[in-house]
Amino acid sequence: MIRFGIAALGLVALTGAIATHQPATAGSESPKIAASAHLYDIYCAQCHGVQRNGKGVNTVGLSVQPRDHSDTAGMSSLPRDQMIKAISEGGGSVNKSALMPAWSAVLSKEQIEDMADYLIYVCKCGTAQ
Amino acid sequence: MKASLIFAASAGAVLVALAFRPTAVDAQAAGSELTRQCASCHALTKPAEATVDRLWTRKGPDLWYAGDKFNKEWLVTWLQKPTVIRPGGVLWFKHAKPGEPRDTIDTAAVEKHPAVDAEAATKLADELMQLKSGGLVKEGAFKPESANAAMGKLAFSKLRGCIACHQSAAGTGGLSGPELYDAGQRLRADYVITYMKDPQQFDPHVWMPTLTLSEPDLQRITGYLMSLGKEKE
Repeated sequence: MIRFGIAALGLVALTGAIATHQPATAGSESPKIAASAHLYDIYCAQCHGVQRNGKGVNTVGLSVQPRDHSDTAGMSSLPRDQMIKAISEGGGSVNKSALMPAWSAVLSKEQIEDMADYLIYVCKCGTAQ
Repeated sequence: MKASLIFAASAGAVLVALAFRPTAVDAQAAGSELTRQCASCHALTKPAEATVDRLWTRKGPDLWYAGDKFNKEWLVTWLQKPTVIRPGGVLWFKHAKPGEPRDTIDTAAVEKHPAVDAEAATKLADELMQLKSGGLVKEGAFKPESANAAMGKLAFSKLRGCIACHQSAAGTGGLSGPELYDAGQRLRADYVITYMKDPQQFDPHVWMPTLTLSEPDLQRITGYLMSLGKEKE
């Protein structure tokens, strides 16, 4: 019983450690995920937060709060092609806030598609359904 | 664990290699005060290879177009008594800390620019003003007669979202971009409008997006920015 308790505690600690590090900025995931995470840090985290939770340093005066990419339920309803359109052409193109700018001049088409896959990875939407 | 150690070691090696990479310096500028004092942190010539990693590892903002960007008088003053222009540092992400209700900047970790004396400041400003953008910034791009600063303020603060990243007054606005509350003293109007129109002309990977602003918006926002900081004069 004690042994089981210690094992359970260990499991909780391990899960906690993983949760703290999720989503990882750069980890041992696939190279595409790691590359997208790096780009997210530079371009997206300023508003969407270093923990991908919509609480970036720039949200202090924003009239519309950025989307929480760690929100599994909220993100699950967002189709991948809509993510790609929002990132490419800005929030206004998908009837969301114009404060989300278009990134097609900075990121390539492939990088944007990889970013959509990364968002699905971050929100754990693929496993939740 | 082993994989992460290997990754950390590799990343460290890359960082060290990049940190000690010799900075490209114009032959004409070699040996100048500017080269001796500034080139270790700032690009004084247009980088031959603009990459995301260069932005990630650079120690200071690029100065290869400083002569088109800055007002000389401001440079002379600022170099003697530098203030923080980028509240988040050279790359805001490196100083961002997760938090509630939002992430914050570790201001103590933000890089401080060294100060120089009046003589050196004048000399450096003279040399910086020689660094031009190679025709990117065209004289007369900003047309003050058609710029309505009041409408520019509305566009900056509300309609176009510039304030999300830039401060228009100390403590008002976002933290990832340079503050603009002394833009009227610091920056040249033709540069401001050119950069705002297409920041990627200056660096293809810089994190200011191309906002596809209309020409009237570009003019009026520039007019507003040029009015900021003028009240101190």
